[in-house]
Amino acid sequence: MNKPLKQHLIDPEICIRCYTCEMTCPIEAITHDDTNVVVDAGKCDFCMACIPVCPTGSIDEWRVVAEPYSIAEQLSWDELPEQQDIGAGAGDVEEALDETVAALLAEAHKGVGGKARAPSSAAKPTINLYTRSKPAKAVVQGSYRLTSEESGAEVRHIILDLGGQPFPVMEGQSIGIIAPGADENGNPHLPRLYSISSPRDGERPGYNNISLTVKREDGGICSNYVCDLKIGDEVLITGPFGATFLMPDDPSARLLMVCTGTGSAPFRAFTMRRQRVAAAGDGDMVLFFGARAPDSLPYFGPLNKIPGRILKKHLVFSRIPGAQKEYVQDRMMVEQEVIAEMLQDPRTHIYVCGLRGMEEGVEKAFLNIAESAGVPWESTREVMCGEGRYHVETY
Amino acid sequence: MIDLMNVSYDTQIPNNVGLSSDKRVLKALEKWHPGYINWWNDLIPENFQQSLVYLRTAVSVDPKGWAKFDYVKMPEYRWGVLLAPHVEDRKIPCGEHAGQPAWQEVPGEYRNMLKRLIVIQGDTEPASVEQQKFLGRTAPSLYDMRNLFQVNVEEGRHLWAMVYLLHKYFGKDGREEADDLLRRSSGSEEAPRMLGAFNEATPDWLSFFMFTYFTDRDGKMQLESLAQSGFDPLSRTCRFMLTEEAHHMFVGETGVGRIIERTCQVMKENGIEDPYDVDRIRSYGVLDLPTVQKKLNLHYTLSLDLFGQEVSTNAANAFNAGIKGRYMEHRIDDDHKLVNDTYSVCDLEGDAVVRRDVPALTAINMRLRDDYSRDASGGVGRWNKILEKAGVAFELKLPHEAFNRKIGVFANKEFNPEGKLVSGAEYDAGVKNWLPTHADGDYIQSLMVPEYEPGKYAGWIAPPKVGIDNKPGDFEYVKLHMA
Repeated sequence: MNKPLKQHLIDPEICIRCYTCEMTCPIEAITHDDTNVVVDAGKCDFCMACIPVCPTGSIDEWRVVAEPYSIAEQLSWDELPEQQDIGAGAGDVEEALDETVAALLAEAHKGVGGKARAPSSAAKPTINLYTRSKPAKAVVQGSYRLTSEESGAEVRHIILDLGGQPFPVMEGQSIGIIAPGADENGNPHLPRLYSISSPRDGERPGYNNISLTVKREDGGICSNYVCDLKIGDEVLITGPFGATFLMPDDPSARLLMVCTGTGSAPFRAFTMRRQRVAAAGDGDMVLFFGARAPDSLPYFGPLNKIPGRILKKHLVFSRIPGAQKEYVQDRMMVEQEVIAEMLQDPRTHIYVCGLRGMEEGVEKAFLNIAESAGVPWESTREVMCGEGRYHVETY
Repeated sequence: MIDLMNVSYDTQIPNNVGLSSDKRVLKALEKWHPGYINWWNDLIPENFQQSLVYLRTAVSVDPKGWAKFDYVKMPEYRWGVLLAPHVEDRKIPCGEHAGQPAWQEVPGEYRNMLKRLIVIQGDTEPASVEQQKFLGRTAPSLYDMRNLFQVNVEEGRHLWAMVYLLHKYFGKDGREEADDLLRRSSGSEEAPRMLGAFNEATPDWLSFFMFTYFTDRDGKMQLESLAQSGFDPLSRTCRFMLTEEAHHMFVGETGVGRIIERTCQVMKENGIEDPYDVDRIRSYGVLDLPTVQKKLNLHYTLSLDLFGQEVSTNAANAFNAGIKGRYMEHRIDDDHKLVNDTYSVCDLEGDAVVRRDVPALTAINMRLRDDYSRDASGGVGRWNKILEKAGVAFELKLPHEAFNRKIGVFANKEFNPEGKLVSGAEYDAGVKNWLPTHADGDYIQSLMVPEYEPGKYAGWIAPPKVGIDNKPGDFEYVKLHMA
């Protein structure tokens, strides 16, 4: 049997035959007769240009198939066929259309413990606009070291300008960066994923730019490449990717965010989004952020300037000379009353982001806090997960 | 360098036409802007102005960037001037100048004709907002209210699009015309809108859906032919407007479809087989299918009048000048000049409706109207599929184009919906079954009770199959301001 493939389809029950998609498709992969508008599976290259222009939403239909439906078949349909049961993955939320990236995100989100889902009120993100074969070209607008020389860790804030290229992003999404050159086998490097740390309207509002929070890793090809970039350098990027680790588009939603190191990137974006548009809502934000010391905690200065009424901050340090080591889970236990109250509020959304190693401790803290408040954690997490209110992204 | 793809926000008016470096036009538009805002604020009831509406806004005219959704208060919607990307080496597609480079400036000999076309198009845009101004108060759901407001803000933007062309290319008289677009008002005694259908009231949501299906579709056909204009700025403006217009078609088609779906459902639940058992069907608070057909008859025929006379020298002149093309001009396989071609148009021979051949150049209106009728019949077929699926024995039909006409060869003649000329007595006896009566209007009006709870729908309309921007069923499309 052939490897299953993803096929782009149009729902004939919802389509109004305005043909806007057909006129928009740059490679004429869409065609119609007197009954239906259909996509030629042999031509469609998933450029997604037709998705936003569709007034009905009928265009955003996908089936994983062993053998693609022919044009003739599609033209004869009164309604879309069901997704056939042909194995894992069919019918899930698409985080990326690119297999490598989809696998990376599936791995990063597996801590959710089930199918990752977006918050129900989240705006629908655009994915896969730019691919390895057709990447976007960004220009470095700024690169700032966020941690001190003495801290031993180098984390940088990188600003990329997208110029005239549309690059719509949502807070919590990632982009791929392709380091130039080739690996030891002569193949081009695979893209590495970085969370966007700026909100949807740009690092600077109204400007088409995004920021990243990148840590220089010993021997890391991509991270060293990114950290060495100078202002004016051109970078090839793919994406945006990710369709579940998103913030609710609801000013009354409460956000409980736990992170370490560069895991703070999406939370910087969430916070800025709230500051720019939703400050009037009654949903609060609580952040547990762990680092070795203040000078190795990215955005330590700016974070401290955010008023407590917008963001309740718990900055936690594990390597302060003379002080006891404290990890995020320790502080969560100290704040257990606040957390227990939030766990029982259906408006609460939980986000965990950072190194894989933090997951276990955080999970244990949630379990302890929930159980001592008489809340069964497993089933609560399951419900939150099902409602798109529990999110994990670790690496 | 001017970025012609992305919308620039460096002036008060978002645009992709480099307004910040075009001081003269910028100043003119900024002068016009307060009048526009006043017009908008006077029109839409205050509590809706203050509500947060989940609207789509274009951030770029590239397909990837033109549909971003977010909550916006309508008066803060970024109305702006957006033109489709410039096509290198574009040629005039039709008429005696076919094949010559498209005009980037107004050709002097066609100045007045061009201005008139732009003014007529521009006049319809604010008119429809005026016609629909009270509908928010009776919205059958927040979803529908959001769609209404999306249509309204986009019609507002289309007005901007036309006003930009008037300011940019027509000097002082262009500015006066732009002011007049805000001075005329739908249904007004002293200064009505220019076209008949745009002075009719849109008193209820069935009318609104029929209007967006039939009358906005006329708009689509007009924009399609103006998108073929040899005057490139007009072509680019209309091409971008068309992408927005598709949403209006969607609102109309699905709105009527959802009404039909709900009626079928209620008929089935209560064991009503006869679709003409009107009293019983109405007793359950839904819209009976004969009334839907009558509304369809009315709006279709009103819209046919918008295409003007079947044989028209004005239309011939506009085509020959290359300032207005035909629907899908670039896909038509002929000389695009119509020197020797003929086209068959409707006419009357005694009592009989006939088609006779006339020079194709004079039949431009008729051809566009035929294209319109074909386009309009598609959705009617899909509505019938809903009836068929539900097992309700009723078929909706487009009435004959001679029925209920005020313009053209059939004007003020008494045809029945089958296209047969009938006597005055027969017409008077039949008309209550062909067009909505006062009693029908009163009944429809009695159903117009607002439903403002997220995820809930008035009893006479089914929920949509998919939400806007893929939102779940109980999404709060409008956060109502309750002051």
